[in-house]
This record gives sequence, C-alpha cells and structure tokens, in this order.
Amino acid sequence: MDAAELPGAAMVIAATISIVSLRKVAASVVDPEIPVLTIDDLGILRSVELDQGRVIVTITPTYSGCPAIGQIEDDIVTAFEKVGVEDVEVETVRFPAWSTDWISEDGHRKLSEFGTAPPVPEPDVLCPRCDASAPKLIARFGSTACKALMVCSSCGEPFDYFKQF
Amino acid sequence: MTNQITSTAPQGTSPADPGDRITTLLAHADDNMVLAQRLGELISNTAELEIDIALGNKALDHLGVARALYTHAGSTEGEGRTEDDLAMFRTERDYTNLLLVEQPNGDFAHTMVLQLFFDAYQMELWKDLSGSPDLTLGGIAAKALKEATYHLRFSSGWVIRLGDGTEESHHRVQDGVDALWRYTSEMFEGAAEKYRSAWTTSIEAAFVDANLEIPSDPYQRTGGRGGFHTEHLGFLLAEMQWMQRSYPGLQW
Repeated sequence: MDAAELPGAAMVIAATISIVSLRKVAASVVDPEIPVLTIDDLGILRSVELDQGRVIVTITPTYSGCPAIGQIEDDIVTAFEKVGVEDVEVETVRFPAWSTDWISEDGHRKLSEFGTAPPVPEPDVLCPRCDASAPKLIARFGSTACKALMVCSSCGEPFDYFKQF
Repeated sequence: MTNQITSTAPQGTSPADPGDRITTLLAHADDNMVLAQRLGELISNTAELEIDIALGNKALDHLGVARALYTHAGSTEGEGRTEDDLAMFRTERDYTNLLLVEQPNGDFAHTMVLQLFFDAYQMELWKDLSGSPDLTLGGIAAKALKEATYHLRFSSGWVIRLGDGTEESHHRVQDGVDALWRYTSEMFEGAAEKYRSAWTTSIEAAFVDANLEIPSDPYQRTGGRGGFHTEHLGFLLAEMQWMQRSYPGLQW
C-alpha cells in the first residue's frame, strides 16, 4: 500500500525521518530555468524545519520577479509527496536578500559545465567553452532576468553570464 | 511649483504608525505595478529582440517588487487582503502611484526618458529603505536596489546614446524630456524631498553627456500620491484588472 494513502501517514513518516533526510528531499529540487543547479546549489534553500509533523521549507527568491519561484514551490511540495510527506508548507523570506555569493562552489562549476559563465565580477568573466578572457557584452538583460548575454572574443560563441548581484 | 492637489501619502522610511506604513508600502507597490503593466505593453512590440527582452525583464523586476510589497502591506494590515486583492480590486482613486509611471510609452526615446527619471529615483529610494527597521521592507529594498542599478545603467546608457546620436534621435529624446519633466517633482513630495539632490545630480550628469536640456517651464503636475491621476491610469487598470473583476479568484 502506498504510504500516502495511510491516514496520518505524513505525520508518522515525518516523525521518523530525520531533519537531515528532509533537507535532502528539499535540496534535490532543481531550478526550472537552470536545471543543472539544485535550489541548494543556488543558495535559495534557507532552511527545512519540522513543526509538529509539518515540514516547513523556507526559501528566498533570487530576483524580485523571478518567475520560477512559483514552480519551485510546487516542485518542493511534489518532491515531499513522492516520499509520502504531504504536510508541507513553503515559506518565502525576503530578508536578508539573496545574493549570488550564496551560490556554492559546486554551483559555479556546474554552471560553467552547463555553458553559463558563473557570477564573478564582469571584468573577470571567462568564456565557459574556451576559457578566453574579455568577452563582449551583447545585452545586459539575457534569456532570464538573472543572466546577461555575452559573446566570446576568441571562439566567437555567444553565452549566458549569470550576473553578479 | 504649481500644485493644485496636495498629496497625503507619506514616503520614505516607514513611520511607526501601521496605517502610515501601509500607505507607504502601497504607494511604492503601485508605482512598480503600474510601470510593470506599462512595460508589459511593449513585449513583442519593440524594434529589436534585445530591447524586447530587456524591457520584459525590467517589467518582471518591477512586478516582483510590487508583489512583495503588496504581500507585505497585506500582512501588515492583517485583514487577510492578498497581493491579488490589492493589485486587482483597488480602483483608480485608491491607487497612489506617481503620475510619471502611468504615462503612455510613446516612442522608444520617450520610454527611455521615463525609465531614466524613475530608475534614478528608485536608486535613492531603495538605498534609503534598505536600512529600514522593517526587515522585510529592508530585504525587498536591498534586492530592488541591485536591480535598479542595472535598470539605471540601461536607461541612462540609452538616453545618452540617443541624445548624443543623430539629429532625429536627439530631437526625439529632448521631446520626451520636455513632455515628462512636469511629472518629476512629485517623486520628492514630503519625506521624499531628501532624494531630490542626489537624483538631480544623477540626471544632470546624464544630460551633460546626452546634450539634453532641462525644460525652462517650471510647471509641475502632482496628485498621484493622493489618488488623483491623469486619464491614462483608468485605461491601464481597466485592461489589467478586467479578468479578475469578471472572474474573481480566477487562477492560471
């Protein structure tokens, strides 16, 4: 029988799973716009807490108008449903404001492998394909609000740059 | 300053009185909501893909700030009003946005002048509010300040490029300045007076590079903060609110 069908299953299961494994569930959710990064890599997952059988996940949006935030909330709820935890609340906290400094080192590496230049100061941006320096800025606002569009002055490839913020 | 209607809405760092705090939050939320809607009209209608994306992103930033401020105003008020209630079920008379942001887009030069005036104002506003004792407002402002920095770089860059460009582009951008200058004093009413000098310095610097002139006509229009608007806001809200008013509670 599916655990989710049991009455009060969420509470029973939530009580037996440690906070560490609950955090792992939330941390497995990926950003819908940068699918190589989890919300943990991005640093937008602030905390996972257990309050009388209810899981409370706190996140901070990257940009004020980040359209992915609604999707991320839904994805967190779904990720917990998959492991049989149904009583989940996602809270959005705006203080302190998120900064690209919260992106982990692992996140930087994954971004670069994905073809997006990670958030370093603009003069230090390297082409994620050939590592050449001094790319040219084409558009300050790129494919999403958090990225700018650049072109490599060596290999000529256009690429996204995650703006340092 | 010719001022027929005095504004009642306070601005700046939030006063202790919850009523005043809500009024202030709503005024700033309305500015961002209305400008987001205006910029949204341009999506798929600008001359270049990059500009289209840039203005769409800017609209999204303003919408995000508006949502956060409405939500915060609703929870401060404590009567269960959500961001949607505040954005969709308040009338023209309830909206306390600046007259500047409700003005039609006009041509690209005109649009850029409007953004420049507003972006330079928001830089000072968010710098100030990011130190607010209201931590949620401080967090919203700290984030918005970073976004405003990008916005201002974009709008001032274009105003300078157009002003210092061809005869035609110069003429168009000066026309935009002449048409919109009358809506600038309203940004500095009441407690917001403290933002005026930094704003003026920033605009004057851009105008020197752009070869633009500040209009000699001292006439200024105000009223937005008190809910008295130009005719444009009603049309904008009618389009924006139509769906929620026809089908209350409708969701995607």
